[in-house]
Amino acid sequence: MTPFLDALSLLLVYSAIAVYAAGFIAYTLDLARRTAPRPAPAPAKERVLAGPATMPPAPSGTGEPTTEPAPGRSKAIRVGYALTVLGWVLHVAATVLRGVAAERVPWANMFEFSLTGTALIIGTFLAVSIRGRLAFLGTAVLGLVVLLLGVATVSFYVPVVPLMPALQSGWLVIHVLVALLATAFFGLAFLVSITYLLKSRRHPEQTTRLQRLLEATPSAEDLDRLAYRLTIVGFILWTFTLIAGAIWAGRAWGRFWGWDVKEVWTFIIWVLYAAYLHAMATRGWHGRRAAWLCITGFAAVLFNFGVVNVFFTGLHSYSGL
Amino acid sequence: MPTPSSTPETDTTLADDHIDRAGESPSGPRLGVVGWLRWGWRQLTSMRTALMLLLLLALAAIPGSLIPQRSSDPNGVIQFDRNNPGWAWAVQLLQLHDVFGSVWFSAVYLLLFASLVGCLIPRIRHHAQALLAQPPATPRNLQRLPAHDRRRVDGPPEDVLRAAEKELRRQHYRLRRLDAGGERSIAAERGYLRETGNLLFHLALLAVLVVLAVGAGYRFTGQRILVEGQTFASTRIAYDSFTPGRFVTDAQIPQFTLTLDRFRVDYVEDNLNALGMPRDFDAQVTVTADGTQQSSSIRVNEPLSVAGTDIYLLGNGYAPTLTVRNPAGDVVFSDSIPFLPQDANLTSLGVVKVPDGLAKQVGMIALFYPTRATAPGGASYSSYPDLLDPVVTLDVYVGDLGLDTGVPVSVYSLDTSAMTQVAGRGTASPALELTPGTSAPLPDGLGTIELTDIPRFASLDIARDPTQAPTLVAASAAVAGLALSLFVPRRRIWVRVTAHGDQTQLEVAALARGDDPRLQSAVDALAARLETASRPPGGSHDPLP
Repeated sequence: MTPFLDALSLLLVYSAIAVYAAGFIAYTLDLARRTAPRPAPAPAKERVLAGPATMPPAPSGTGEPTTEPAPGRSKAIRVGYALTVLGWVLHVAATVLRGVAAERVPWANMFEFSLTGTALIIGTFLAVSIRGRLAFLGTAVLGLVVLLLGVATVSFYVPVVPLMPALQSGWLVIHVLVALLATAFFGLAFLVSITYLLKSRRHPEQTTRLQRLLEATPSAEDLDRLAYRLTIVGFILWTFTLIAGAIWAGRAWGRFWGWDVKEVWTFIIWVLYAAYLHAMATRGWHGRRAAWLCITGFAAVLFNFGVVNVFFTGLHSYSGL
Repeated sequence: MPTPSSTPETDTTLADDHIDRAGESPSGPRLGVVGWLRWGWRQLTSMRTALMLLLLLALAAIPGSLIPQRSSDPNGVIQFDRNNPGWAWAVQLLQLHDVFGSVWFSAVYLLLFASLVGCLIPRIRHHAQALLAQPPATPRNLQRLPAHDRRRVDGPPEDVLRAAEKELRRQHYRLRRLDAGGERSIAAERGYLRETGNLLFHLALLAVLVVLAVGAGYRFTGQRILVEGQTFASTRIAYDSFTPGRFVTDAQIPQFTLTLDRFRVDYVEDNLNALGMPRDFDAQVTVTADGTQQSSSIRVNEPLSVAGTDIYLLGNGYAPTLTVRNPAGDVVFSDSIPFLPQDANLTSLGVVKVPDGLAKQVGMIALFYPTRATAPGGASYSSYPDLLDPVVTLDVYVGDLGLDTGVPVSVYSLDTSAMTQVAGRGTASPALELTPGTSAPLPDGLGTIELTDIPRFASLDIARDPTQAPTLVAASAAVAGLALSLFVPRRRIWVRVTAHGDQTQLEVAALARGDDPRLQSAVDALAARLETASRPPGGSHDPLP
């Protein structure tokens, strides 16, 4: 039974990747449409100028003239969103099946961690999309997830094996799940910060393709605020991850903090995001430099996962590779 | 708030901004010693310095993950030093094997915490004043505030104000009524918990540091390897290694005896992808403490609490029992020797030292294979961690074991500098090979050696850490404070009313401290509610137009 469910789960992962890739294309088509030179640039200009003063208007979806490309949700975006939801359903099903096959939580090795983590990134993206406009991030989020999921399936895949004694603890559920959630929020904040950096770089006179592309995104100020809000949620979750990990270490290894390689990097990430929060409140650091810190923080998260797990030896050698 | 475009493009270079700032003040009047101290303190406690120190702390922690640390990876330290002799001076000078206790790392975090204290003291004073103070008076131009709403409502101004008071009080605002020349208004403020939470978070971090610094003196850990059947009585000398804090006395070492009755390992046998992976380790022990005896078991995630300490299962392996007899057949040596596991299938390495009873001192370097397999090249390895086809092979040395020099010698290593190899790789006679119950002659007619039994051993960690509970309390307080400081909105709301015929001109405006996504909607909601409430009873109950 287990090998069958495992194989089915893997099949669903491949399907999810394919659907995400299609969604990626849809979102990209939307971006391409936006970057195409427009015959009448005047209305577009007006729309951008109206942007920063208030929060973006609530998505209405109605009352837009159908002849002109709608500024909010184009057909391509709706297709992209629908495909993302479909891919996510497959993705979640794959994750659940993997858990059922292994008879435990599906995040006990790097493959499963990537599987669940990317599902959470998409889930967070879909959830935040309901409240605010994140369609501009569709290409980036789906691109990132297709990449991560692809790498995980090709390089990290391992068949279902039982849990080693060190992982047989209730803390596996809490500690790793919260770490996953934190990673999802940091990941989205990372993408928003990159958009912010592109947006806040001004080429006043040129109208490059990139600039036309960025007209589709919220104002720089809104992006900055969005990255901040995503990060504070991630930061609290990360703090909790750190504490839960320390409690577990105290149970399993007889000390709650021992500067193990993974502990060191968890600490580094925590300090980097703490620096980001301080930067947001410091004159001269608010804005672009803070955004760079946010990006550095997520780079450290990826390093902690992709490099520390595989190439460093420590007590957290659970990659299963 | 500066616009993003006003920041210079060199945003990734952290240092030059720092230098700029330091260069600002020397152009002023000459400073005395006190002046310089005050200037230094102000620099240290600025947010910018805290930010620099945080970044420095993150940077300083990186070497601790690249170079093996004595605290977390002692074997890695030995290996690193052996492989990189050229780095010895740098390692020595910069304490690179002890990064987290090093002078430079400590300097960074102590400066950071000094900066924190300097920042917190005035903030606590300021916040205490704010907690006692009234909300500030209503500004003249309410429409200049970030959130603003103006509308006409029914009813006299006094009624509207009273309704506003009631509503704001319900939302836990602190209120102040103002009457200035016919203009009546309410000033209200809420969200003091935001700053309280922020202060709590930082104070809790300070508490963690203090608890760890003080508690380290009261902490101890001891390691002990116990072979099945062996008993160990907890006294300082009975531990294989013992690391006490500064204030730990012998009287504080817990009194108990511990017998390892059996060490049980379950292997995965029903999953071909994980064949031989351990599923469960279970050290079955008998503990005697305070005159009572009890049987229990210690597992990886389930330490055993005895006499105020916790006993953890950290490792395990095989401890083959070897018996050596002299040519006359008398037993001169018989002991279970813990072999150190080298791989997942428990190929293990052990050292046997027979100092007395034979014609010469004998030392042996032994390899143990729980399930011996042979590679195509002829080398042996273990293919399964359980005892399916156990074999011990021994390289034999004779000469001086070096035990009489008075210098402590590790039981896990053999110094062969004063010894001659007489059997094994590189000599005329092959390595000795033993299976359970068989014996083999030692070279040169020295005697015989027999593999009597193969018990397992458990490696136990006995630890007491009084800092655990206080650290957890402080850390939980930090999380609570953090959540409050990031999610509680600190808002000031002003409501101003002016009579306008039989209607009232209502103005609501708000100001937030920090990020507040719902400021405008809070203003809109309040204004709308006041408008609804002001409708005369019995009138139209229509919703807002």
